[in-house]
Amino acid sequence: MKNDYRARNHPAWWAFLLHRLSGLALSLFLPFHFLALGQALQGEARLDSLLRWTEQPLVKFAEVTLLLLLAAHLTGGLRLLALEFLPWRDWQKSLLAWAAGAALAVGLAFALAL
Amino acid sequence: MNSVGQGYAAAPVPRRAAKPEVWLWIAQRASAALLAVCVLVHLFTIIYAVRHGLTGEAILGRTRGNTAGLTFYIVYVLAIAVHAPIGLRSLCQEWLGWRSASLNWFVAALALALFVFGLRAAWAVFVAPV
Amino acid sequence: MLQVSVWRGDASGGYRTYEVPRQDSQSVLDVVTYIQRNIDPTLSYRFACRVGMCGACAMTVNGVARWTCRTHVSKVVKGNAIQIAPLANLPVVKDLVTDMREFFDKWARALGRFFPRATRKDDFARVDSASPERVAANAGIECIGCAVCYASCDVVSWNPEYLGPAALNRAWTLVNDVRDVSRRERLAAIAGDAGCHACHTHLSCSERCPKGITPTAAIAGLKRATALAAWKGEL
Repeated sequence: MKNDYRARNHPAWWAFLLHRLSGLALSLFLPFHFLALGQALQGEARLDSLLRWTEQPLVKFAEVTLLLLLAAHLTGGLRLLALEFLPWRDWQKSLLAWAAGAALAVGLAFALAL
Repeated sequence: MNSVGQGYAAAPVPRRAAKPEVWLWIAQRASAALLAVCVLVHLFTIIYAVRHGLTGEAILGRTRGNTAGLTFYIVYVLAIAVHAPIGLRSLCQEWLGWRSASLNWFVAALALALFVFGLRAAWAVFVAPV
Repeated sequence: MLQVSVWRGDASGGYRTYEVPRQDSQSVLDVVTYIQRNIDPTLSYRFACRVGMCGACAMTVNGVARWTCRTHVSKVVKGNAIQIAPLANLPVVKDLVTDMREFFDKWARALGRFFPRATRKDDFARVDSASPERVAANAGIECIGCAVCYASCDVVSWNPEYLGPAALNRAWTLVNDVRDVSRRERLAAIAGDAGCHACHTHLSCSERCPKGITPTAAIAGLKRATALAAWKGEL
């Protein structure tokens, strides 16, 4: 018999899913990021035209999403490091809440900076 | 202290095959800790850059010749080249059922690609002349 | 009346619905027993103590692994419907009965048994109950091998070789047992893709354990112990 969503419907599992999917998304994004930055090899103008391309609303939206995913992956990762290396305490369930809050804060800071 | 109690069945000594994964775990957590610092620095850098000008000229004006920046991003790229492939390895094993030796080659190739392209990007932004 | 959907047959079976009178104080095990005694005597299921001590009655109730004798109908019923299935991640023998062999085989593969350093000629071991090792071991020794954690773990589902939370929890209690002599062999046995390093801290095991054990904490301990041993060249 296989488990379905009912067995997985608890906060720590959603934290795992978010962590894995955000990691996957970031891994898929990184090659493009490196290639884009590598355009600077061809000079300021080339980088500039690429940066102007990123000013489109859809790209800005994607950037904010990626930032949120990065912040989520980072804070989720810190939570995991705490779970694996620090002595186990019951308050660690609320680590999830802190992680989520921190991620949101960073994402918002970026969005506002735009 | 390896001897088992006399008169009791000896514990079977397993092959040492488990060792590589232990090192992968150590590398994953070590790179994670390093990336926590790097990502925070990177996030603040980006927020700064957004506020102080995002044109090619503005960015490269700040970064070109910046050795500290170059060093930082080389470390950052190294950490990513270790961290991301190991994470993807677990994903491939569990969600794609990919467990053969070819997975380890794929993961190694990924690490190399991230390292090379990341280094190229760092070079482009921090070193290459205009 | 309760509408009770029960898994019948082996892995290629299906759900069959039974109508069971609802009582004020009724466990899911009561419901299964009622069906077998009054409606369909061909229903196969396991139980023993009926009072939450043996773990034999563990089943999947509305998608979640539970001890059926300690699950009140009122706690899980959806309207008037309950779904009862065998534990996940184990082969189905018939109806609500699973083949537990692999669960216990993995326990053995994790070296989940005690290898004493002393013989009957030696004096009693003196173990400080407040020592960190003993506290860590005590946190996990109440496990009765009911397989609820094993059934709840997605890594077990995704990785057929994964030893699972119960076996690893047991290994951790023994790694912390100062009287045990096989620490090095045990750490080697539980390390790797089939061992503690496959745990991704889903925490489903700890969420579902009816004894309140936290296998995730044990597995985190094993990760640290294996890392330290590998670093010191002892693994």
